[in-house]
Amino acid sequence: MEQISFTLNNKTVNVDSDPNDLLLWVLRTKLGLTGTKYGCGIGFCGSCTILVDGEAMRSCGMAVSEVEGKQVTTIEGLAVGNKLHPVQESFVMHDAQQCGYCTPGMIMNAVGLLNNNPNPSREDIIAGMNDNLCRCGSYGRIADAVESAAQKMNGGHE
Amino acid sequence: MNEKQINKLYFGDVDRPVRSMDRRNFIKKLGGGLIIVFSLSTQAFKSRSEDDHDKRSDEELDLNAYLRIKEDGTVDCYTGKIEMGQGIITSLAQVLSEELEVPMNTINMVMGDTDLCPYDAGTWGSLTTRFFDPLLRAAAVEAKGELLKMGAAKLRCQESELLNKGGFVISKTNSAQRVSYAELTKGEKIVKTISSPPILKKAKDFKTIGQPIISTDAIKKVSGQAIYTSDIQLPGMLYAYIKRPPAHGAQLKSVDITRAKTLKGITIINEDGLIAALHEDLLMAEEAMVKIKAEWDIPAAKADSESIFDHILTTATNSRTTEEKGDLSIGFEQSEQIIEATYLDGYKAHASIETHAATAQFEGDKLVMWASTQTPFGTREAVANALNMPIDKVHIKQVFIGGGFGGKIYNQQAIECAKLTKISGKPVQVAWSRREEFMYDCFRPAAVIKVKAGLQGGGKLKAWSFDVYCAGPRGTQDFYNVPNVKTQIFRGKEVHPFATGAWRAPGNNTTTFARESHIDVLAHSIGMDPIEFRLLNAEDLKIKRTIKLATDTFGYKKAQTGTNRGCGMAIGTDAGTIVVLIAEVEVNPATGVVTPLRMVCAQDMGQVVNPHGAIVQTEGGLTMGLGYALYEDVEFNWGTVETQNFDSYEITKMAVTPPIECVFADDMDSPPQGGGEPAIVTVGGAIANAVFHACGARVKQMPVTPQRILEALR
Repeated sequence: MEQISFTLNNKTVNVDSDPNDLLLWVLRTKLGLTGTKYGCGIGFCGSCTILVDGEAMRSCGMAVSEVEGKQVTTIEGLAVGNKLHPVQESFVMHDAQQCGYCTPGMIMNAVGLLNNNPNPSREDIIAGMNDNLCRCGSYGRIADAVESAAQKMNGGHE
Repeated sequence: MNEKQINKLYFGDVDRPVRSMDRRNFIKKLGGGLIIVFSLSTQAFKSRSEDDHDKRSDEELDLNAYLRIKEDGTVDCYTGKIEMGQGIITSLAQVLSEELEVPMNTINMVMGDTDLCPYDAGTWGSLTTRFFDPLLRAAAVEAKGELLKMGAAKLRCQESELLNKGGFVISKTNSAQRVSYAELTKGEKIVKTISSPPILKKAKDFKTIGQPIISTDAIKKVSGQAIYTSDIQLPGMLYAYIKRPPAHGAQLKSVDITRAKTLKGITIINEDGLIAALHEDLLMAEEAMVKIKAEWDIPAAKADSESIFDHILTTATNSRTTEEKGDLSIGFEQSEQIIEATYLDGYKAHASIETHAATAQFEGDKLVMWASTQTPFGTREAVANALNMPIDKVHIKQVFIGGGFGGKIYNQQAIECAKLTKISGKPVQVAWSRREEFMYDCFRPAAVIKVKAGLQGGGKLKAWSFDVYCAGPRGTQDFYNVPNVKTQIFRGKEVHPFATGAWRAPGNNTTTFARESHIDVLAHSIGMDPIEFRLLNAEDLKIKRTIKLATDTFGYKKAQTGTNRGCGMAIGTDAGTIVVLIAEVEVNPATGVVTPLRMVCAQDMGQVVNPHGAIVQTEGGLTMGLGYALYEDVEFNWGTVETQNFDSYEITKMAVTPPIECVFADDMDSPPQGGGEPAIVTVGGAIANAVFHACGARVKQMPVTPQRILEALR
């Protein structure tokens, strides 16, 4: 056991953990943030996606020690008070979720994508979101949601 | 647990629903207000149920629900149905809002809680809207009438002078003279049942039904606040990992828990074949499970992914005839051309992104459980049986479900969790890994369909012989008006190496693929456009109208094809809905890779309650369908399931999802039909036909893989 410190949703956390413990499970079971989901455990489905220093990463294959001293953002940390993040808002407007289980990972992946590329083309969005799986089949709506969120974040109108 | 036990528990409870709900007890639990109790067995609805194409037993159709207008004016609707992404949490509220004249945001759907909601056999078969729409509307009309009566007494005037609007009873002539539903129900407790056939609104008067309404649970889902079973964390809870055999049918030879036992804080359970490691720390539980050493005897393999079809033909020998018209032998004698073919379909996984999970604890002598289940009441019964407890000592609570598709009808994980909770004496969570999910999923069965069809001059179908092995009869009812038909369904007890079960429109994906592929083969054999051929043979006006809606929307022109591009149609009927899909694809002739370019889907589903929700369901079904049509196949060597995760089981991804257009026949005064399942049944046939149109490869096995396309081209 070691104490690992990082910033989680803008707050400093110190967590006692085996440094090799997977971040997904530390978030879910030790820090109580269950919005980040388990889907496959091998980084293939993307439902565990979070941001590390603004970059979308798969938390199921990452040791908690890898985020020591870094900024971690989960789905619970996106909204400011009751104000949803533009990507979250856009997912609601486009009804881009059905069962909702892959949704937190989709949204975090999209935010990471827009951090890297604030003006993505439709092709960029599809390439950037392609490795997140949605069994309910909401892909078209998800792509639309990301596209209009990008426009909105750039000050444009949807 | 062996397959027979699972079947006994799960198929058993599906076949024989129990009804232990005591209405008086239920109503006692509720507070004040106006309560409307309703049930499909209510005489007023007998005729509705007879319309059902699925011909389910009366008992299964006996869907009960309760509606309560509370003293604060909000409305609770209690139903045993669950929400798993199909959107009924929104569309049922929409129906209530319409007839009860209350705003959507005052309605609270209480779903799938076995202590609060009346019995329901399960959420499947695209039944919810079909049966709850008329019932909920009737209950709302009853409530509205009662409120009007109460309003007249309160406002000291005649009922005829009043109307219901926005949660109020209001004077028709003086809108200041009004009383809210809340005021009317305060301090009251009135229990009513639906007495007579209600007078429902006509489509032209709808304000909410027919409006596109965004899901009412969307904000919870985008903010990480929607709680799924494995998100429940109870004080002192142990995470459980179960030692699994390497193959179905494997017999345990020996088990050694010495190394696992040394981990601090670990509980190892080894009882009745259930070997598990439990720990407050999830990763410690997993580590201990890995340290448990077990040896198994694996039974000899009888078939694998390749040879399963021959195995099916030799073992699925029990037959029954489900449709017979005319005389098949005379039909073939009178045919000018006879074409036979065999169509194959492999096993498919449900592959919901949420794996099976259950979380439970004892509260006194009562087991309280959250479970990712489509059948909370069936799960309650299975759990009670497993623990040898009375049914009313098990309470399954409402929780979000991360996709079901038929895969969460069966709930082995709930029984495992219940047993471990009892044995350990602590709260326990069992959440399957993806590998366990692929091992214990009740797959859509592999199937073989043998078709023999006869044509007379001019392209009219004369004879149709359809032998279905392991896919069942769903979707096989002839709608091409063939005069001589025989449909036989074959099954056997020792066919599959693992459990199989319902998969979004059970069997119909397979039967529709075979029929619609063969219809295309027949049309091409006489040089006729396949859509013209369908229009020539299908006489049903609703089907013709839906074909036209699809072709008009698509802009279909005869023999429209470019280099390596083509389009294909498939027609399907499912859950009362008619589906016509046109898919356009591009095939790379060198690699055989198929790129879907576009899908246009026309449906006649009667009244469309929430057009937006219906479109989302259709898009979802078609997207999921591309997976079984093009990519998905479970690899196995008898009981050893080789497919273990998404790296070896390809489902549809964003980049291969083409633009999808959904249109609905205008049929708003008809009863609503199924929406969750029907569209998906047409994808295999439409894709296979489009591939043929594009490159001339007729692939008779799903998935239509590049390798199979290249083989067909040789």
